[in-house]
Amino acid sequence: MPLTIPKERWTAEVQTATIGATEEEGGTRTSTITIGGEQTLPFLHFEGETPNRPVIAMEVLDETPTGWPEPLARHYEDVWDDPAAWAQKAVEQFGADLICLRLVSANPDGSNASADQCAETIQSVLEAVGVPLIIWGCDNDEKDNEIMPFCSQAGSGERCVLGSATEDNYKTICASALADGHLIINQSPLDINIQKQVNILVTDMGMDLGDIIMYQVTGSLGYGVEYAYSILERTRLAALDGDKMLQMPMLSIVGSEAWRVKEAWQPEEDAPEWGPLEKRGIIWEVATATLFLHAATDILVMRHPEAVAYVRDHIDEMMSGQPV
Amino acid sequence: MALTAMDIYKQLPKTNCGDCGIPTCLAFAMKLAQGQASLDECPHVTEEATAALEGSSAPPMKTVTIGTGDNALQIGGQTVLFRHEETFHNPCGIAIQVNTSLSEEETRERITTACKTEFDRVGMMFDLDLIALNDDDGSLPQAAQLATEVSTLPLVLMSDDPGSMHGALEACGDGRPLIYAAGADNFDEMAALAKEFDCPLVIRGQNLDELYELSEKAGEAGLEDLVLDSGARELNAVLQNQTIVERAAINEKVKPMGFPTIGFTIGNNEVEKIISASELIAKYAGIVVTDLLTRNALLTMVTARLNIYTDPQKPIQVESGVYEIGEPDETSPVLITTNFSLTYYTVEADTSAGNIDAWVVVVDTEGTSVLTAWAAEDFTAETIAKTIEECGIEEKVANKIAVLPGGVAVLSGELEEASGWNIVVGPRESAGIPTFFKTEYEERIAQF
Ligand code: B12
Ligand code: SF4
Repeated sequence: MPLTIPKERWTAEVQTATIGATEEEGGTRTSTITIGGEQTLPFLHFEGETPNRPVIAMEVLDETPTGWPEPLARHYEDVWDDPAAWAQKAVEQFGADLICLRLVSANPDGSNASADQCAETIQSVLEAVGVPLIIWGCDNDEKDNEIMPFCSQAGSGERCVLGSATEDNYKTICASALADGHLIINQSPLDINIQKQVNILVTDMGMDLGDIIMYQVTGSLGYGVEYAYSILERTRLAALDGDKMLQMPMLSIVGSEAWRVKEAWQPEEDAPEWGPLEKRGIIWEVATATLFLHAATDILVMRHPEAVAYVRDHIDEMMSGQPV
Repeated sequence: MALTAMDIYKQLPKTNCGDCGIPTCLAFAMKLAQGQASLDECPHVTEEATAALEGSSAPPMKTVTIGTGDNALQIGGQTVLFRHEETFHNPCGIAIQVNTSLSEEETRERITTACKTEFDRVGMMFDLDLIALNDDDGSLPQAAQLATEVSTLPLVLMSDDPGSMHGALEACGDGRPLIYAAGADNFDEMAALAKEFDCPLVIRGQNLDELYELSEKAGEAGLEDLVLDSGARELNAVLQNQTIVERAAINEKVKPMGFPTIGFTIGNNEVEKIISASELIAKYAGIVVTDLLTRNALLTMVTARLNIYTDPQKPIQVESGVYEIGEPDETSPVLITTNFSLTYYTVEADTSAGNIDAWVVVVDTEGTSVLTAWAAEDFTAETIAKTIEECGIEEKVANKIAVLPGGVAVLSGELEEASGWNIVVGPRESAGIPTFFKTEYEERIAQF
């Protein structure tokens, strides 16, 4: 063979994490998800194993969203005032691997829903679907600390993922996850050192390495994707080089980032140079997701069903490739 | 591998004559090793030494130029595999495929559309780079003739038939198109054409080994401007091959692999092709050839390319100071924002779209976004107040009222105190600016 295939000698592999618990495991999920375990950079089958495919979580809000552009809204209007029905639609019709439930209603600047209300929603979603659940707070530290113990309890034994722990706010959420047997999302603002720090703090409290998922903040195509792309890439390189505290699987939020930017929703009359609106947002979400996949994301949190279908096909294609 | 000062010193005359402007040969060698001097500054260096040193200090990947003049495209020249290590150089070229079987009218239209396509982002215009004429009916020479008249972009000539290629190259004159491609079957003829017309040449293997052999052969034939196609037409194989070629070039300095690559968007529809374009842009393609020509698709590709090729060390910035949108006068509103180009131009575009005449006070946050700068304490009541005071906005308007981005509403009280201005909290996203001024602004400032 004239060309010697240049293989890297990675010294380590990505930590695996299993989300969801079936009846035998003390939960009620009908399926579980295992991610991580990569021995190489994304989909380089000539170099190492990629034992688990990246997965797609679909986002469900616990209150009716406002301002969603029509091409997105039309798929959810019939269910978006009922998180359980919404989750069901995402799983049964759109094929979500798991559900990412965002408890936006709890935000004190908004509806200020109570911990009990949130816990009830979680229960209804767990009853409605068999896939594992990511439970994300309302991005207000104080309120999250108030509701999380109850939310965690509501999913006790189900091996949900609780989000998110940050450098300044990890104790309550971590203690809840430990008490009820959940995984945790450790978040950092695009900063590898802070990410590592949060991981250390949380493991010091007793969290297993295999129960941690990293979220290093995402940006959309055209709006910060390049920073997130490189942070993901650098983190994965550190993992394969043996840094235990950066070896956990990674999550990227794609849907809400992509649909927030005006390329995704600005009507054609206002932006004729960008082409028809009908597909623009879908393309924007798909391209953002593709970049993150190739930068080493394990869980993509997405919104548009068509975008999900395309990205799932792409993952299939990447996973079924043979070593060259 | 980078040469050490000692490696270089061994090849120098060792006379310490000082004609290079540096007192000793060793000191000169050290400067060379650090990239602070170039070998031709020593007038006494022998030809063998030059050959030896240039051979081993040559960049790992050749920079290849396609076309001539202002629109010539440079590709390749990469030095790293990951953009955080340095930056990716020479953004990949986007080539629009035009099949030669199209009618003359359709061809004209497609080429003109491609040449005119451009997008305004972060205050700069981004356009497409190449027209790829694909010989699907043997009429490449005629199509090339037409394209040289119509196209302002350099050409890629795609044909496996050396006869067709010869005719097309004659039609292109000295336009220096890229020849696609020399494979095992037509290697000698295509290589001869590349030599005769002094054009860059794509080497296409059916697999990596064949690619390596053909590229080596091209090198032996004296061809220096090559572009590589590993033949993979399945997205995962493309990814693996692209990675292997790039690593062989950059990490292993394998000379036949030290050239930029060319890839094609693959898929059954627009979205699938955009996925493959995103993969190619992220994973090392020097040229992405696509038959997509919709604004949607091209906007996405151009944006992805801009993101991947942005220097991660230096955010693109604008200068701090006062900017005008439209024709503001002393009654026009004042907007406050940061000097991150993306932020400033997003605000600018949204404000102009609403036909609002306004002043924009741009605070120096070292090129970071509103929230990043706020979190890093570069966008504070103090820095904003200082900019307001120093930029001269006070003389331009009658009333001291400014609009703050909604994302940093918490700063408004402190800022009022620090600056003495009245602060109105605007929408979170600048896209809300037109509506904000139509519906709320007047009412809000009435209180002052
Ligand atoms: C990319 C990014 C970075 C990049 C820097 C990019 C840059 N050049 O700014 C890097 C990786 C370097 C970075 C670093 C940090 N970041 Co940062 N970063 C982001 C990210 C992903 C995107 C930011 C972006 O580019 N937005 C796009 C621009 C266009 O947005 P914008 O400037 O806000 O402008 C919009 C609006 O504000 C509004 N607007 C702007 N001007 C005006 C004016 C008026 C009048 C109006 C009405 C509206 C308006 O319209 C614009 C378009 O909608 C965000 C998270 C996210 N997804 O948004 C985090 C984020 C902003 N970062 C954050 C943090 C904490 C940091 C760090 C402090 C982390 C750390 N400790 O290391 C550092 C600080 C760096 C430093 N010391 O300089 C936090 C801020 C938290 C908060 N809300 O307080 C965020 C929100 C992430 C998070 N959730 O934790 N970051
Ligand atoms: S000019 Fe050449 S020979 Fe003279 S000192 Fe410099 S390196 Fe040495």
